[in-house]
Amino acid sequence: METFVIGLSIASILFIVALGLAIVYGTMKVINLAHGEMVMIGAYVTVLASKHLGLGIYSCLPLAFLVAALFGLAIERLVVRPLYGRLLDTLLATWGIALILQQLIRIHFGFGLFGIHIDGLGSDLQNVPVPPELQQTLHILGTNIPVYRAFVFGVAVVLGLVSWWLIYKTRFGSQLRAVSAARDITAACGVNDKRINALAFAYGSGLAGVAGVLVSGFMTVSPDMGAPYVIDAFMVVVAGGVGHLLGTVLSAGILGEVQSFVATWSNDVYGRTVLFAFVILILLFKPQGLFVSRNR
Amino acid sequence: MKNPDRRQFMKVLGVAAGGLAAPTILGSRALRAEETIPVGILYSLTGTTAIVEKSMNQCALMAIAEINAKGGVLGKQLRPVIEDPASEPRTYSEKARKLTIEDKVPVIFGCYTTASRKAVLPVVERRSGLLVWPTWYEGEECSKSVLYAGSAVPNQQLENSIPWLKNKLGKNKLFIVGSDYAFPRGMAKTSKTLCAKIGMEVVGDEYLPLGHTEWASMVSKIGSSGADVIFSNVVGDSIVAFYRELRNQGYDFEKLPLCASTTTEVEVRAMGPEYAKGSYVSLPYFQTVDTPQNKAFVKAFKEFAGPDSVTHAAMEAVYTGVHMWAMAAAKAGDVSSKAVVGAVGGMSFDAPQGKVTIDSQNLHSFLTPRIGKARADGMFDIVDQYSEPLVPLPYSSVGETADKRVCKVSGAAL
Repeated sequence: METFVIGLSIASILFIVALGLAIVYGTMKVINLAHGEMVMIGAYVTVLASKHLGLGIYSCLPLAFLVAALFGLAIERLVVRPLYGRLLDTLLATWGIALILQQLIRIHFGFGLFGIHIDGLGSDLQNVPVPPELQQTLHILGTNIPVYRAFVFGVAVVLGLVSWWLIYKTRFGSQLRAVSAARDITAACGVNDKRINALAFAYGSGLAGVAGVLVSGFMTVSPDMGAPYVIDAFMVVVAGGVGHLLGTVLSAGILGEVQSFVATWSNDVYGRTVLFAFVILILLFKPQGLFVSRNR
Repeated sequence: MKNPDRRQFMKVLGVAAGGLAAPTILGSRALRAEETIPVGILYSLTGTTAIVEKSMNQCALMAIAEINAKGGVLGKQLRPVIEDPASEPRTYSEKARKLTIEDKVPVIFGCYTTASRKAVLPVVERRSGLLVWPTWYEGEECSKSVLYAGSAVPNQQLENSIPWLKNKLGKNKLFIVGSDYAFPRGMAKTSKTLCAKIGMEVVGDEYLPLGHTEWASMVSKIGSSGADVIFSNVVGDSIVAFYRELRNQGYDFEKLPLCASTTTEVEVRAMGPEYAKGSYVSLPYFQTVDTPQNKAFVKAFKEFAGPDSVTHAAMEAVYTGVHMWAMAAAKAGDVSSKAVVGAVGGMSFDAPQGKVTIDSQNLHSFLTPRIGKARADGMFDIVDQYSEPLVPLPYSSVGETADKRVCKVSGAAL
């Protein structure tokens, strides 16, 4: 049971990060390798906001969403837009952005060169204070459930619902789905596909920013913390099937639980190994992922 | 015969040149610049271990400045040649080669991780250089090109702490957890040898990769193993994730004590002191060690590196290493690796942690084992310490004792 809860919390983080990546990849066919850096930026927003503004982790959730979304918007405008339809080039370009962002944090956004040091930036490890109510454990049905993990799960559920509403119930969502199914025709019908792209990129980045706030509570914050998340999230997207919300939910859930159960049964290294093997198996037998979105 | 003659000739030439240049200040300065001894400083200023190594770099520079202020070594000033190996073992090896070949340094003060030491080792051994190594490590090494000054080996961190956990805290079931590489595995090996000796049960011995940050499964495994005490050899970023996870899952160090071998003031500060409060660490040095030398050391370092800086065990070892190398070179009258190694055996230094003596057999250091308990302010209360420095036994995992040495002057004999 405890193992299941841990799996659920691993899955929650995976889901939030992967959701953003899935939306961006689904609509724009752009693999955003700087997605992990959006997680990192979210975490740094939390560090800076708690150090300089005295904000708690709750108020950082929307703040980090905004900041990461703005970064996303800027990246889309400046780098990704000129490279549309060139998958490999965007791959390289976003990787470059990832490296640049990491180094920007290290050099205090350049102020470090002038001897100005901002508390909370730089190559040091940072940490975020977690409010006491999140540090407890709940005893439910004879199981210890860490409140923080439950909180992470709750945020993931809320974000999942919001995204579902956004994609399937709003005008923006239907345009988004239309663009991802048939870009040229949609554009010909009068939908501003560039605007949709930009918004999707910003929203995806914002989600990663929120994930950054959540992981900052149990992880060290450092400039290169984001990289592992891209790989994991990408695995979720690939295994779940591209452009399918339910696929992302289920594949994040399955992968999180697989890792957690194998990790408890033997150890985390085997957990990861089995996880990768599992994804390879999925791709062998279902090359388009667990859920295929049919394009007519 | 040829060399001394030539040296003498150079000396005469030097004096003559000095005499000629004396009237102009510029000339005498140029001459003095030639009479410095270059020393290599090889700590990462960028990359994953930069947080710790940067402070070690500063500490080495501070020690060199102290030595220079007292007239240098053999009447010459030390000139630090700083290289940044960027936390990459391969770069360590390249930079070490550059320092020995191009800059012709007789000594390199450097390295923090075992991986980096193993990368530098062949370079200094082949080119008869010398590495002064600071960090506590897993032992099982017996090089004559490395001066293990201030660097603890497993017996100096475990012989005091594991029996202490049993006798003082009354704990009997040990769970050993670590990052997955040489140091934690070496520590676990020695821990098990010790546990078998004193009748303590090892209920778990588990590893996660370096830099791993998802510790939930491991922590719940520790919880269900029936362990009543944890020994942690977790390193780097993972320490923070590990301690935080223990708290998140509701563990309390008062009920389930944890003793660590690698959690210094730096890591405690990175995780937030409230997460480490109440846990134990076994190391020969803490910032709170109560010696006059340490008070001066802490004060000097805060003046050198800023009032917010903390001192920690690896740094203190760097400081000790630089000073002991200088003392040995002065005693030998020569800065060459062979001369220094020959002179340093049996030599003592009043380090911040107390008296540190170099063992003439294995070039390791007699250190004072201590156990610290983390406080709310991120410093440690020293709850146990030896009255005398303890002999370094790098091969204690295979049964080395003070009377029956494995590592000798002639090399390791297993």
